[in-house]
Amino acid sequence: MFRYIVRRLLQMVLTFFGATFVVFALVFANQDDPLQALAGERPITESQRLALTERYHLDEGFFTQYGYYMKGLLTGDFGESLTQRKIADLLADAWPTTARLALLALVIAAVIAISAGVFSALRRGGVFDNVTLVATLIILAMPIVVIAPLAQLVFGIQLGWFPPTSGADPSLWALFLPALVLASSVLATQLRVTRTSVAENLRSDYVRTARAKGLSYRRVVSVHVLRNSLIPVITLIGVDLGQLMAGAIVTEGVFNIPGVGFNLVRAIRTEDGPLVVGFVSVLVIVFLVVNLLVDLLYAALDPRIRYE
Amino acid sequence: MDVLPGVDPRAPLLEVNDLHVEFRTRDGVAKAVNGANFWLSPGETLAILGESGCGKSVTAQAIMGILDSPPGFITKGEVRYRGLDLLTLSEAQRRKVRANKIAMIFQDALSALNPVYSVGFQLGELFRMHRGMSRADAKKRSVELLDLVKIPAARSRINDYPHQFSGGMRQRVMIAMALALDPEVLIADEPTTALDVTVQAQIMGLLADLQRERNMGLILITHDMGVVADVADRISVMYAGKVVEEAPVYDIYAKPAHPYTRALLESIPRLDMKGQQLNVIRGLPPALTDVPKGCAFNPRCRFAKDPCRSDPPPPAYAVAPHRTARCHFFREVLGE
Repeated sequence: MFRYIVRRLLQMVLTFFGATFVVFALVFANQDDPLQALAGERPITESQRLALTERYHLDEGFFTQYGYYMKGLLTGDFGESLTQRKIADLLADAWPTTARLALLALVIAAVIAISAGVFSALRRGGVFDNVTLVATLIILAMPIVVIAPLAQLVFGIQLGWFPPTSGADPSLWALFLPALVLASSVLATQLRVTRTSVAENLRSDYVRTARAKGLSYRRVVSVHVLRNSLIPVITLIGVDLGQLMAGAIVTEGVFNIPGVGFNLVRAIRTEDGPLVVGFVSVLVIVFLVVNLLVDLLYAALDPRIRYE
Repeated sequence: MDVLPGVDPRAPLLEVNDLHVEFRTRDGVAKAVNGANFWLSPGETLAILGESGCGKSVTAQAIMGILDSPPGFITKGEVRYRGLDLLTLSEAQRRKVRANKIAMIFQDALSALNPVYSVGFQLGELFRMHRGMSRADAKKRSVELLDLVKIPAARSRINDYPHQFSGGMRQRVMIAMALALDPEVLIADEPTTALDVTVQAQIMGLLADLQRERNMGLILITHDMGVVADVADRISVMYAGKVVEEAPVYDIYAKPAHPYTRALLESIPRLDMKGQQLNVIRGLPPALTDVPKGCAFNPRCRFAKDPCRSDPPPPAYAVAPHRTARCHFFREVLGE
């Protein structure tokens, strides 16, 4: 187990460098004239341009720029954005909000998906099962760019149940509607996987044994079937975190939440290379760590899996 | 455990009367069991013999009350434990019969044990749920059980998972689980089919020992005539959901009274027939959605005559005391 974790951590280092390199290259390729993008419509004087180019090494080649960036990163310095703010500060402001949003969405999705999935598997072909089937198909068919503004309009503005936008430093309640929207992007698949998995396990031989042992139906389902059925669902939840982060970019934009997605969009629009790479690097780390945790949880759920 | 109402300690241990089970599927109704009859006394071993798909396992599941329903339904008949018809009980009462009075072991112990719980948990669960024991007490009893079924180093293996045991050891765990609450009846559904021959013999030996010690009734479901000859006292031969012949084991091997039993015995490979063509029963067992009229075996039977091909099917003729056969021409089959 220990060796497995160490090996995974080493793999994570490689993945991290690979991912930041690719992102850095993409931003570099996309760069047209970042200084002009920064200044907007106003003209820039030649001396300003020279000074800024010097400061950000914009006249250097790609590998030199990447080298400078990595040198900073490895010494704990995320560098400065083109607007001369410390990227570390921006990250520290944005991350807690997004972490809360994503975690809330993950919990909402998992709770709804697992309970509804188990219930519809127990009553296969029933009314509830068919209604959830149709509902999940509708949700699956609607991209988050449609669901987010629609939810904001209906629940935030017309019905007024939730605050329509969140603003700086939002409460959990203000994040509830955005989290629900975000959850909808992963909920449907999680629900279907749970349902299939439970239905399959209900037919298995060990369930017959458990019933022959005179256990109650409730215990057979909640102890014997559930743990076996959750194994694939847990894996899916780990992978879904990537989906949630991608969804957060849209959701944070719509609900005006100053999180990672919000900042990332702004950075891409202003061609702010260091800022984009900074945010994405942290996204990559979070994704890797969560998937490591999922793998460890997987081993805890299923003793047949032994890492070496 | 509270006493079940209506249990008469002097009544026969287990009686199955005219049991009918059908599966209602999209492709039609499959009549898996069509009037099974047998009885079992304490300390006795009854073998239920038959080809795949003849309704052996379904009968066992119906006795246990663990038939998947739907699609399976018991449409008629009684399962009497000490005079009490189990089919009339509520689910809560039936649960108390399972494992406490009638227990079951299954064919493939790897899939029959839950892969994600330790053996100790799965054994201890019985004591915790049925006897209200604490986890610690349940664990102590579980170790004793593993000792009972002769699993070496039981104390250290109690926290192992099913996949860490060998096939034979796993089947021992299943036996331990079935015997945990001292049942009076044990149903073993092809307990050795998934094991290799030497392990088979060990498991059958263990079952026979435990049965003798506890004076337990054993129903052994199998298609292996060799196993039957070694351990069974009586045999019920099933075909297409019916018991076609029932007799003490010696009588059946000496002189089968039903053409199907006779054909089964003739199809056992024998050393003194080496080099000769093996006798097989021609044709296949009937599809349970479309059982032939009259005697279900008539299309494959070399004794079949006109009465066999029309309803009503042959009744259970008394061939001798404690011996029945559902064949109009059993005298001819016996060779009298």
